[in-house]
Amino acid sequence: MNRTKGDEEEYWNSSKFKAFTFDDEDDELSQLKESKRAVNSLRDFVDDDDDDDLERVSWSGEPVGSISWSIRETAGNSGSTHEGREQLKSRNSFSSYAQLPKPTSTYSLSSFFRGRTRPGSFQSLSDALSDTPAKSYAPELGRPKGEYRDYSNDWSPSDTVRRLRKGKVCSLERFRSLQDKLQLLEEAVSMHDGNVITAVLIFLKRTLSKEILFRELEVRQVALRHLIHFLKEIGDQKLLLDLFRFLDRTEELALSHYREHLNIQDPDKRKEFLKTCVGLPFSAEDSAHIQDHYTLLERQIIIEGTFSSPVNLKKTFKIPDKQYVLTALAARAKLRAWNDVDALFTTKNWLGYTKKRAPIGFHRVVEILHKNNAPVQILQEYVNLVEDVDTKLNLATKFKCHDVVIDTYRDLKDRQQLLAYRSKVDKGSAEEEKIDALLSSSQIRWKN
Amino acid sequence: MAFPHRPDAPELPDFSMLKRLARDQLIYLLEQLPGKKDLFIEADLMSPLDRIANVSILKQHEVDKLYKVENKPALSSNEQLCFLVRPRIKNMRYIASLVNADKLAGRTRKYKVIFSPQKFYACEMVLEEEGIYGDVSCDEWAFSLLPLDVDLLSMELPEFFRDYFLEGDQRWINTVAQALHLLSTLYGPFPNCYGIGRCAKMAYELWRNLEEEEDGETKGRRPEIGHIFLLDRDVDFVTALCSQVVYEGLVDDTFRIKCGSVDFGPEVTSSDKSLKVLLNAEDKVFNEIRNEHFSNVFGFLSQKARNLQAQYDRRRGMDIKQMKNFVSQELKGLKQEHRLLSLHIGACESIMKKKTKQDFQELIKTEHALLEGFNIRESTSYIEEHIDRQVSPIESLRLMCLLSITENGLIPKDYRSLKTQYLQSYGPEHLLTFSNLRRAGLLTEQAPGDTLTAVESKVSKLVTDKAAGKITDAFSSLAKRSNFRAISKKLNLIPRVDGEYDLKVPRDMAYVFGGAYVPLSCRIIEQVLERRSWQGLDEVVRLLNCSDFAFTDMTKEDKASSESLRLILVVFLGGCTFSEISALRFLGREKVRCWRRSP
Repeated sequence: MNRTKGDEEEYWNSSKFKAFTFDDEDDELSQLKESKRAVNSLRDFVDDDDDDDLERVSWSGEPVGSISWSIRETAGNSGSTHEGREQLKSRNSFSSYAQLPKPTSTYSLSSFFRGRTRPGSFQSLSDALSDTPAKSYAPELGRPKGEYRDYSNDWSPSDTVRRLRKGKVCSLERFRSLQDKLQLLEEAVSMHDGNVITAVLIFLKRTLSKEILFRELEVRQVALRHLIHFLKEIGDQKLLLDLFRFLDRTEELALSHYREHLNIQDPDKRKEFLKTCVGLPFSAEDSAHIQDHYTLLERQIIIEGTFSSPVNLKKTFKIPDKQYVLTALAARAKLRAWNDVDALFTTKNWLGYTKKRAPIGFHRVVEILHKNNAPVQILQEYVNLVEDVDTKLNLATKFKCHDVVIDTYRDLKDRQQLLAYRSKVDKGSAEEEKIDALLSSSQIRWKN
Repeated sequence: MAFPHRPDAPELPDFSMLKRLARDQLIYLLEQLPGKKDLFIEADLMSPLDRIANVSILKQHEVDKLYKVENKPALSSNEQLCFLVRPRIKNMRYIASLVNADKLAGRTRKYKVIFSPQKFYACEMVLEEEGIYGDVSCDEWAFSLLPLDVDLLSMELPEFFRDYFLEGDQRWINTVAQALHLLSTLYGPFPNCYGIGRCAKMAYELWRNLEEEEDGETKGRRPEIGHIFLLDRDVDFVTALCSQVVYEGLVDDTFRIKCGSVDFGPEVTSSDKSLKVLLNAEDKVFNEIRNEHFSNVFGFLSQKARNLQAQYDRRRGMDIKQMKNFVSQELKGLKQEHRLLSLHIGACESIMKKKTKQDFQELIKTEHALLEGFNIRESTSYIEEHIDRQVSPIESLRLMCLLSITENGLIPKDYRSLKTQYLQSYGPEHLLTFSNLRRAGLLTEQAPGDTLTAVESKVSKLVTDKAAGKITDAFSSLAKRSNFRAISKKLNLIPRVDGEYDLKVPRDMAYVFGGAYVPLSCRIIEQVLERRSWQGLDEVVRLLNCSDFAFTDMTKEDKASSESLRLILVVFLGGCTFSEISALRFLGREKVRCWRRSP
């Protein structure tokens, strides 16, 4: 972390990362464009009349016959007229798909339900079902669940959780003493299956008072996390908040309450709800954010008022200079309000002289303006304000601000560079004339 | 440029078996509801389903109409309704509203819910509470592994990460264990197992339990997969937070690859329609560039375009017979190649345009500086500006998380100021996002002063202690320091490079990040496989906060043939990036053959 300046420079300048740059639009894209041209030129020959090897694709881009496609078809037609539905029926009927390839599998279902061997011998479905001793992947299939219901009360806690893991119906009612219940929970936790842990928790939640449940879970973190997630999922907000209160997790309590605002669509109701959040025990910094959120909604509702001037908003929400300038700049540039852009960077000192200042650096300003398609005259003005000469030249060259480039080379008294630049401007243009005038001028003492 | 397959590379197992198995199970389940029925499918299941079945298969099993599960009343007039869903509470509520509306209208229908990959008790509880338990029948479709490519399997469970790493819910661990069990049943036992992370260890233990309960099944089978490596995503967040620069990774970052396919918009297809394209080894053009650093891709594509042109040009001098041959034998292949080529050229162009606009070069420089620990102030103010310019909410967060993890948390002053500006740029409700990121350990504040480290170690001891008392989540995340800098040094993640790193002929896995950084996850895998154990990596494991969660289990090595020993299955619990897949493919070519999957 504490490397020397030299090291750092070496790092930024090292050739390691220069092998390829994403800025190098010209080179890479031209190569691509060339390839594209070559490929496109082949198009006349490879016309699209037969798409034998192409997927059949519907208007939405889904391959015809795919399940996603078919669902969209149903959805698109389900509200339509009777004829529409009839049409749909015939389209979705089996016959219209007859041309689609049949499933290629020759393996029978039963051969897969056995784990012993690789499919080699093909058995019929009925064979598979009568052949009960065989280990099967899907032992439950085909037999009603009821058969598994078992009224035995003798399952130990570990047997019980094992049965639960297999998805079998298993009564937990015999675990009535607290000790039995907790033992059951511990077995579930030690088996690691979250589904079983939750199953036991559902039972505990039903058969224990919440004080006892909370107290016991407080020292069982894994189970506690499962209960919290379960309550979030089923939306039992009341019990969840009680739990956080019991655990003294005030911040989670507050956040959990605040989260509910996301479900409120009506802006007025939302605002009212946020008001109830303001006093909640958030961390100090979050309290401020919540207050801001509330104030913001209040403003949005009366957005037309004078309170909502950008500068006022900046002050209210303590928006840092940089953030304010970046946001305002992009917004004004999009509207092509160049005077506003100008005002953004103009400061007056006490004598009334104006000065241009940008907290984000003028190089960044130029880039943002360029991204918003500002005309060259505007760009030029800000490129000129870039202090570092190299950066200025780079930007001016990149964005074709010829005057800036020419003037800079003139100021640097760099005849060679100016000469080289002459080839980059259009023949017979004003820029070329300007360069020629400079080159022939006797006023300048060139350094080369 | 494409890496030739090593002639001695071991053969990959036939994963298409998993597809057939899933399809046949689904058909079986549909047959359990004989007669005509309408099928309601959850949106998230549509793409995976498309990979194993099509409409005609469903029609053959008397599915009449297909609907998407969404919050709208169903218009179906069918007497039998079948729902194919993930086990989510909101789906249960939807089904309940439908069934209860029918009841109210005095209508009786048959309902069947098929949960994929398994049902949860919480779902059944909702059905019971809504008074429809018994009115609907429930089944499970154990479709837990989808082969996306010849060397890639996915569980297609996007909620895995959030459920486990944020909420601490272990509900998917059984699903992972079941999937491992399925793999070992189909492809033989795994002679060598390694893992790191709490989730990895639990999944492994549950899977062993399962195998013991149903023992005998895999005994005596010749193993096809020699090694299995389980890795928790939170062991290495850094890699997942870096911008991707290999082609497949860039396509994912730019267009989002979902379930092995991508939607290319009109700007790519150079027509007025979008195109859904499958991205896998069958796309010959893609297969050659997917693992390449982006800078190599242009050259490859233009070479390919020239070749194609030359092939077409050959027809000029042909007589009728030759032309006939050409048309019947070569033209189809050339057309296919032409189509693929123009798609990938279009994609490259679009990526280039987007990245240039976003100052990608500067972004990558900042990321590299963070990885190396240089110029932290400068990077911090770059991130600040990134937020203020409102470039992208997700990218801003990604950078902040990268800063946090590489620096063991943000300095409190920076944390506050970045958070404030973020909320002002992207909306105040994101303070919930910050709270979540903090809980997941992705974006934290440095504890002030050294005094706390003593407390921390005490707390961390307590947290792992079962009888731990009142310790809040905030504390447990505090106890987990990322220690990235120290780990990076120990594992040599930043290659020392003299001169230029030749991205065309990569010498190590760092090429996937332009030569600047070897992905931590992949380095760990490489080191452990080299040693066949965690020996000598104690310090790294300690720095990763995984002292209790790194394990090896070598059981039947003697039985395995040397061939199968070289096949490795890497399981990323919580997802992996295409950069990591490319790095592992590189490792596989260099050392052993690898493939991997992610939930």
